[in-house]
Amino acid sequence: MTKIKTGIGRRSFIKSVSVAGGGLIIGFNWMACKGPAEEGSEELAMQMPDEWFELNGYLKIGDNGIVTIYSPNPEIGQNVKTSMPMIVAEELDVDWNNVVVEQAPLNTEVFTRQLAGGSQSIRQGWESLRTAGATARQMLLIAAAKQWEVPVSELSVENGVITHKGSDKTIGYGEIAKAAAQVEVPEEVELKDNDNFKIIGTSRKNVDAKKIVTGQPLYGLDTYKDGMLIAMIVQPPAFGMEFKTMDDEKVKEMPGIKDVFTIDTYPEDMEKEWSDVAAFSKLVVVVGETTWQVMQAKKALNVEWDLNPELTKEIEILEKSAGMDDASGLESTDIHATLMADVGSKQSEVVRKDGDPEKAFKNAARVIERSYTCPFLAHNCMEPMNFFADVSGGKAELLGPIQTPEYAEKSINKRLGLELEDIDVQMTRMGGGFGRRLYGHFLVEAAVISEKMGKPIKLVYSREDDMTNGVYRPAYHVTYRAALDANNKLTAFHVNAGGIPESPLFANRFPAGAIDNYLAESWTLNSNISVGAFRAPRSNFIAGAEQSFLDELAEEMGQDPIQFRLDMLDRAKKDPVGEENDYDAARYAGVLKLARDKSGWDKGNSSLSRGVSAYYCHNSYVAQILDMSIEGNEPLIDKVTCAVDCGIVVNPDAAKNMVEGGTIDGIGHALYSEMTFKDGKPQQSNFDTYKLIRHKQAPKKIDVHFVDNGIDPTGLGEPPFPPVQGALANALYKATGKRFYRQPFINELQTIDTELKT
Amino acid sequence: MATFNITINGKEKTIEADPSTPLLWILRDHLKLVGTKYGCGISQCGACTVHFNGSAVRSCQLPISSAANNEITTIEGLSENGDHPVQQAWLEIDVPQCGYCQAGQIMSASALLKRNPSPSDKEIENAMDGNICRCGTYTRIKAAIKKASNSEIA
Repeated sequence: MTKIKTGIGRRSFIKSVSVAGGGLIIGFNWMACKGPAEEGSEELAMQMPDEWFELNGYLKIGDNGIVTIYSPNPEIGQNVKTSMPMIVAEELDVDWNNVVVEQAPLNTEVFTRQLAGGSQSIRQGWESLRTAGATARQMLLIAAAKQWEVPVSELSVENGVITHKGSDKTIGYGEIAKAAAQVEVPEEVELKDNDNFKIIGTSRKNVDAKKIVTGQPLYGLDTYKDGMLIAMIVQPPAFGMEFKTMDDEKVKEMPGIKDVFTIDTYPEDMEKEWSDVAAFSKLVVVVGETTWQVMQAKKALNVEWDLNPELTKEIEILEKSAGMDDASGLESTDIHATLMADVGSKQSEVVRKDGDPEKAFKNAARVIERSYTCPFLAHNCMEPMNFFADVSGGKAELLGPIQTPEYAEKSINKRLGLELEDIDVQMTRMGGGFGRRLYGHFLVEAAVISEKMGKPIKLVYSREDDMTNGVYRPAYHVTYRAALDANNKLTAFHVNAGGIPESPLFANRFPAGAIDNYLAESWTLNSNISVGAFRAPRSNFIAGAEQSFLDELAEEMGQDPIQFRLDMLDRAKKDPVGEENDYDAARYAGVLKLARDKSGWDKGNSSLSRGVSAYYCHNSYVAQILDMSIEGNEPLIDKVTCAVDCGIVVNPDAAKNMVEGGTIDGIGHALYSEMTFKDGKPQQSNFDTYKLIRHKQAPKKIDVHFVDNGIDPTGLGEPPFPPVQGALANALYKATGKRFYRQPFINELQTIDTELKT
Repeated sequence: MATFNITINGKEKTIEADPSTPLLWILRDHLKLVGTKYGCGISQCGACTVHFNGSAVRSCQLPISSAANNEITTIEGLSENGDHPVQQAWLEIDVPQCGYCQAGQIMSASALLKRNPSPSDKEIENAMDGNICRCGTYTRIKAAIKKASNSEIA
């Protein structure tokens, strides 16, 4: 048993949930874990306690033994709304069937990190969630011991029932909760040994599933309140442009339209949070009664836009420096490609250097050099950006999909000058996140619009607004070089990576540490296109590129691609080069071996083309082996075998779901998706032109295997996404005889097809 | 503005709206039936799928003027207690991640099984190809459809 300082003290036990939560804790979701109970029915009367007792900010216990557990973090589909409460319930020792889950309010005094990002919810919540459950359990035990006048050490708990060994007396949590709520918070509590877990490591259904499959309101866009108006934005058509003037007279007369005006979401003098990233600060806003009316008004609105020289000037200089005569400062994908290939690497900075790579390359018998690129990507959450705001009387109520509620609250504080305690940001279930909703500009826009209207409004982005007002995944470019000596031995490795406007380089990740002579360089190029985190930032490109290069290298060296990696990892484990390496070579090798065994790698399969890849990011290790064929001109993916080391798996079936989804997502984006630009204008604005993977293109089968090592949990939302892109590229090579260097691969795949036909 | 009569989930409704208003926004803005989702507005993603006289249609492309005097079923009316075989299969397989597209997926799947109770893999893929799932739950959706269909192999 591990003893742990509770460290949460009295301060965390302020009855802040009911204060800050407002309406959120009313209306319990009985459907969450039990069948739907009709209002006034016998079932509900049985379930509904007369009184709740809050033992700490994470949970409260009803006098009938029902336990409400608050899930602290935003839910974007990673299923933390189920898995975080499971961890609390585990240490509380309660029957999961008696648990009701509610989304917690934003409360930074009680909760440690209410943010969905970096695959960190479970990893960073692990200790505090366990401590909260164990502390409440201990308080219930102390209260029971006091009532029976026996030592706590003689008590045991199972499924929310406390038993005294000597007398066989029992008492339920519901019966002792009132007394427990009066108990002093223990300074130290014991956490369970992993062997004693009853809930963690067992599959539990998504607590919102019943609501999802019956179409109940869950998402921000489902918000409808009395007196609420609909607001939509009209934005510049291209990056580098800004509002000039508009003719809105006729539009203001249209049915249902209440007002048309401009806003400046982030005035220049505002102190911004890191999450205050927006494509455009100055927007035209149309407010009306219904969504369709506002959509019609938007179409009818005549707005003139201008070049913004402040934005385009630097880009123009950059383009001119590359010898482009027609430099306009408005960015285009073809210009990006030229800049990345010809200009970027000339501005490189050395980030890491081991040994003497220059000498090794000079003395090499053979140098293999390959370059890889990927395009900008839009997040395309299925639920477009939206937010409800009611700013009036010096207070702001904000409700909707946001991955960073804490920062959003600060942004509103800075933008509207309201006190933090007068700002209530409430989290809804999100129709996807993928990093897009880290950047809460739409929440700030909603608040500014509501303040101006003096009315509650729901800001709604159309799909076109959402896709063209992106905080995109940047475009990246990387060149790898490998030096081989006369014996075909790898003597040096060089990675030169950059992007618009950030570099995807992780200089201290594998294969750093496995090669004596190693050089990692990085560069960036300016852009006016707004970018941000996209599922597994930077890894989401560099993993696939690196793993494709290693595959090609293994082939050039006449080695099995898995054994080649394992040998390098063995070197990194036994005799690592450098001290900054940020991966565990043994765990890395572990997933490769597991994937090899589970896929029957050594046996091979003559009818299918097979590719392998492995990567480490967000504290976890994933290896994937992909089997495919080409039918007609379409890639058909038969099976992906995934081996994952993310430590303890809290909710195995849901974790499998996450790995399956990440795998499909990775394949889809590498194969099909791209956001291109022409004169600053996004060239894709809806799903007719922006390709996302669909049913037919998904793998027929995905096998998921977890490494069982008892290590505290690490990330899972992101790690399965990056490596599969490499496995796909390597399998495509086997299927077509051609290496794929440019994402999305479908473009080159279609070229091959054309070449074959002609 | 005009007045329309429409049967939604077996109940007669009278709606005042511009005739061009898509059924999607009638359901959401006027009737507060929010289970039918907005995803793209151009019938490319399937999030807004409902049953129109029993067939799956994209409600974002169906103006109220055409929907009137017809029978519409939305996710809220697919079953009385959320126990349609497709909904049950979805729960058993624990399909959803973010869940936003799932109502549309379920409406497409239930319409498919109604006309073809034993679809092959290919038939499932064809029928479901217009429904995007950004989280990538495609393999689970297919497993759930097979579970709900007669073609399930035990």
